[in-house]
Amino acid sequence: MNLLSIDLNHPAHYLTAGPISVSYGNLVMIGLVIVLFVVALVLPFPSHDDDERS
Amino acid sequence: MSSKKMWTTRVRESTLEKFEPEDLLPDRQPAYVASWIYIFGVATIAAFVMLVISGLILTFEGPAWWHTSSIGHFFNSIHLWSVELFFVFMVVHLWGKFWMAAWRGRRWMTWITGVISFFASIVTGFTGYLIQTNFDSQWIATQAKDSFNSVGIGAYFNALNTGQAMLIHVSLLPLALGGLVVWHVILVRRKGVVPPIEAGGSE
Repeated sequence: MNLLSIDLNHPAHYLTAGPISVSYGNLVMIGLVIVLFVVALVLPFPSHDDDERS
Repeated sequence: MSSKKMWTTRVRESTLEKFEPEDLLPDRQPAYVASWIYIFGVATIAAFVMLVISGLILTFEGPAWWHTSSIGHFFNSIHLWSVELFFVFMVVHLWGKFWMAAWRGRRWMTWITGVISFFASIVTGFTGYLIQTNFDSQWIATQAKDSFNSVGIGAYFNALNTGQAMLIHVSLLPLALGGLVVWHVILVRRKGVVPPIEAGGSE
């Protein structure tokens, strides 16, 4: 079970590029949201061929 | 009896005219709605419902419970992950609606209520951070008080006042946000879901 847990008992690690500074945790979340957005656009939605949704 | 209608009659007739049951609870949607990008609004609402339910439980039990008991930790985590999903879904919903210019076809008020809901959600999330009653919330509060003082609202909102943040978070903001969401959804139902830009018209 410990293998699955993440130790958060330390300061966050940051990626810094000039004036921009973002924690790796936030960066992962931003990446996930972008991936989710793209997947929502390209993944086919299950449809009903007869188009009867009553 | 006067021919002038009673105010109750006027309100009833006006309400039925503006909010037809077929619009409020439709059983059919346009074909273009069959896309995953259209589910994120209702996904955001589902996360909001989970937030309210877990928040009510946390409210009744209190900080000592959510800090020390395993069930308290569980519901604290449910509240945390619900708000993570709430913002993830809301941001995808926002991007989807922005890129399809969802304010077309006299839907500007739908867009505006969504924008206000977004900012109200940020304030709600912020006050939630303030009332965790841990070192994290102390750090955020001491940093935020300087920001509030610098923009001149420190006299009205003191980030170091946990009681004030608690009451705003559990009473004022959920009611305001809930009302905004209901208004937003009613507008979506009245105006209909915005069609894709390539579909031509704006209705």
